[in-house]
Amino acid sequence: MTQSARANGVTAGRIDATQMQSNFSDLHEPYDVHEAVVAADRCYFCHDAPCMTACPTSIDIPLFIRQIATGTPEAAATTIFNQNILGGMCARVCPTETLCEEVCVRETAEGKPVEIGRLQRFATDTVMSKAHPFKRAATTGKTVAVVGAGPAGLACAHRVAMMGHDVVIFEARAKGGGLNEFGIAAYKSTNDFAQDELDWLLGIGGIEMRYGQSLGQDISLTGLQQDFDAVFLGMGLSAVNALSLDNEAAENVEDAVSFIGALRQADDLTKLPIGRRVVVIGGGMTAIDAGVQAKLLGAEEVTIVYRRGQNAMAASEFEQDLAQQKGVKLVCNASPVAIVADGRLTAATFAYTEVQDGTLVTLDETFTLPCDQLFKAIGQTLGDMPEALGLKGRKIAVDATQKTNVPGVWAGGDCASGGDDLTVTAVAEGRDAAMDIHATLMGAN
Amino acid sequence: MADLTSEFVGIKSPNPFWLASAPPTDKEYNVRRAFEAGWGGVVWKTLGAEGPPVVNVNGPRYGAIWGADRRLLGLNNIELITDRPLEVNLAEMTRVKKDYPDRALVASVMVPCEEQAWKEILPRIAETGCDGFELNFGCPHGMAERGMGSAVGQVPEYIEMVTRWCKETTSLPVIVKLTPNITNILQPAQAAKDGGADAVSLINTINSITSVNLDTMSPEPMIDGKGTHGGYCGPAVKPIALNMVAEIARSAGTAGIPISGIGGVTTWRDAAEFMALGAGNVQVCTAAMTYGFKIVQEMISGLSQWMDEQGHTSVQDIVGRAVPNVTDWQYLNLNHVTKARIDQDACIKCGRCYAACEDTSHQAISMSEDRVFEVQDDECVACNLCVNVCPVDNCITMETLSAGATDERTGKVVSDDYANWTTHPNNPGATAAE
Ligand SMILES: Cc1cc2nc3c(=O)[nH]c(=O)nc-3n(C[C@H](O)[C@H](O)[C@H](O)COP(=O)(O)OP(=O)(O)OC[C@H]3O[C@@H](n4cnc5c(N)ncnc54)[C@H](O)[C@@H]3O)c2cc1C
Ligand SMILES: Cc1cc2nc3c(=O)[nH]c(=O)nc-3n(C[C@H](O)[C@H](O)[C@H](O)COP(=O)(O)O)c2cc1C
Ligand code: SF4
Ligand code: SF4
Ligand code: SF4
Repeated sequence: MTQSARANGVTAGRIDATQMQSNFSDLHEPYDVHEAVVAADRCYFCHDAPCMTACPTSIDIPLFIRQIATGTPEAAATTIFNQNILGGMCARVCPTETLCEEVCVRETAEGKPVEIGRLQRFATDTVMSKAHPFKRAATTGKTVAVVGAGPAGLACAHRVAMMGHDVVIFEARAKGGGLNEFGIAAYKSTNDFAQDELDWLLGIGGIEMRYGQSLGQDISLTGLQQDFDAVFLGMGLSAVNALSLDNEAAENVEDAVSFIGALRQADDLTKLPIGRRVVVIGGGMTAIDAGVQAKLLGAEEVTIVYRRGQNAMAASEFEQDLAQQKGVKLVCNASPVAIVADGRLTAATFAYTEVQDGTLVTLDETFTLPCDQLFKAIGQTLGDMPEALGLKGRKIAVDATQKTNVPGVWAGGDCASGGDDLTVTAVAEGRDAAMDIHATLMGAN
Repeated sequence: MADLTSEFVGIKSPNPFWLASAPPTDKEYNVRRAFEAGWGGVVWKTLGAEGPPVVNVNGPRYGAIWGADRRLLGLNNIELITDRPLEVNLAEMTRVKKDYPDRALVASVMVPCEEQAWKEILPRIAETGCDGFELNFGCPHGMAERGMGSAVGQVPEYIEMVTRWCKETTSLPVIVKLTPNITNILQPAQAAKDGGADAVSLINTINSITSVNLDTMSPEPMIDGKGTHGGYCGPAVKPIALNMVAEIARSAGTAGIPISGIGGVTTWRDAAEFMALGAGNVQVCTAAMTYGFKIVQEMISGLSQWMDEQGHTSVQDIVGRAVPNVTDWQYLNLNHVTKARIDQDACIKCGRCYAACEDTSHQAISMSEDRVFEVQDDECVACNLCVNVCPVDNCITMETLSAGATDERTGKVVSDDYANWTTHPNNPGATAAE
């Protein structure tokens, strides 16, 4: 154990490099061949399979599992990529426990689903190092601008490029991948997988990446509309919600997404500072990921405080269990009322809550948690949008084919209305937008 | 991607996967859905003579055996040929063929063993636009009691006679479907060839009783307290079918006659194996009945991936590739010495290999106090039993001793000369090696 393990304040090197490496290794170990075949053998090849319906990208799960069982994982990978070009990342990050695996008939039969996610990873991993499996159609001469290189943008770009259109991706950051690169928990996407997958995806050809190009600053929607035959917006949610409390700007009060982004980009996690006592506010996947990773970095006490009951948490039961298993404490039914700071954070005060007649009420009784670091994980929202775009709630309004109200402009992923904010949903929407863009450009619509 | 288009006795289909004559091909609804799912062709459920159709039992038709996890391994049935009127089937076949001209549609036929019956029905069926005929000489139950099906298929002279009648009647290809319920498959195959058949297809189902109900003391499937033998098919029959196909493909008299391989085809690999042993295409029944028509997608993707990997560009490329390597026991190389090898990293220490070898074979596997299992080369006869009982794939493999190494069991130095039983000193009939 290194010296600073129990040091107060926000400091680096609480645990040694070996421990750090093991803490951030794969959450789900990849299968070896034998394990994959045994796991695949359990699939019943269901008719009109429920798992397939539950998958937002409708991957033909029974078929790809059978292809693994019959010794052709490469064919299985093609089956997956036909529907979901980021099938490799989705295999790692999908909350399968609330998607395909939740409805697997073997979950019904034995309480143990076929491990679809891990099988998907087994299949997709076999071809990641090989040549790109799809061929581009002859070029059509049509051009498509994609804004944002996250899952939605990449899925859209790949599909339109495959159809023969020329694509330019405009990405605000210096690196692609979106939250695959900056948001997903490190133990879900190990060994720089997001960048490897991005490179592999670009193997289709016909996609030009332009980094450091931000819509609203460096480029404008009207400009893109002039220069391209179609525009796809996949900017995700770039702003974060605020607590609106005093001292929110105090040192060590941070936004969870930025913390995770910094963690994902760190070359050496032993150099990444973390508090001794950490509080995370929120109840979604981001809160869990921030809490768990804070703990794995060596924080002694991590508490996630959520304002509603545990069953209302957006994070799945599996994720809640994971947090608790890693030693993270979950406190529910408590809402932050004060940030205690003397320039630097020292504690946070919460009031208990209760649901009365369907509305959440803050009670008078409070408690205070001493802490030297606090992460806000209370949701992300849309950043500044071009005025022409119609909104639905707090997102860009789109129809069933991902069209926005502006002709020639499509949107998908977290920035667009409809669907859960998940990687796999972003892929589905990007892909569907691409199909509609293709149909439109080729004159079918 | 490899080209899977297939041409079998002049009948073209987009892939070599046909549905065998059976319930999956019993009606227009099924066949249309099968074609939509991707099947290359169908052999329509066996048609009978005009007039009131046969009737089926109204109780269970199937018996089954299962492997672990209730995986269906063998199916037995007591179904007869189509129980729908001839005209209905013909009208449906006509419509389907018209809508799917690129798919193979072959009519399976079984009428009484009379010249007139065969010569009348074939031209009528040909009007549907079907691509050929398959003569059902295989059905082992029910129809056989009426002098048809395997009752014909078990008498080579009848096969030859009926085949000849058919060939005299139609210019379409005639495939003779053989029953495995005989002792030597070469005789019916030869008879079909002599009668002028364009091809043989095999196997039809095998006489069987899958289980006995110990409460009612009757075989399953049980109809009102009684049962009868049925026809066995599915993965369990594949080895029997493969051997019969290989025998026809490699025997002087029958070699060269096109073969449609049937019996337990469930995955692309099964199909590739049939084709390697000489089948020009394959037919599938039980796998489709177990998993649905969609199963063909795995067969298509798997076969084409494997062909790509092997550099085979057409289906014809693989047909019969393994036939030259099917030989008689007496020609196997007795100087080829192998030993079992256990991969200690893969071993899960279940001890099954030990039990098998120690109790029932050659005492060639040792077991230590801490459950390490090791092959004793001085006892291992290389029987391969341990490989087959080990639950971990590839955990035990057979290693070939190279020439010059000493076989610790016999004390002999391994030679790379080929030497078989025909020249072995222990063989009283040995011919001296020259
Ligand atoms: C911490 C965290 C953990 C998560 N964990 C999971 C998980 O385990 N499983 C799961 O399924 N989902 C998870 N999600 C959700 C998932 O990451 C998102 O739903 C998904 O990434 C959305 O994809 P997207 O392409 O719509 O947006 P993003 O991934 O956000 O990508 C948007 C891209 O657009 C760029 N961009 C933004 N604004 C502009 C602009 N103005 N101009 C140009 N480019 C711009 C961004 O830099 C980014 O590259 C998690 C989210 C977070 C925040
Ligand atoms: C229920 C059932 C009915 C069958 N009916 C016929 C038939 O009418 N004509 C025929 O030639 N074969 C018939 N067969 C045999 C199949 O066509 C096929 O030869 C056999 O099932 C072996 O193939 P498989 O192992 O793929 O099932 C039938 C098989 C089954 C299971
Ligand atoms: S529901 Fe489960 S058993 Fe059925 S096809 Fe899907 S993974 Fe296989
Ligand atoms: S498979 Fe269909 S027809 Fe047969 S017993 Fe079941 S429900 Fe009845
Ligand atoms: S049967 Fe296989 S796994 Fe079991 S002890 Fe023997 S070698 Fe090991």
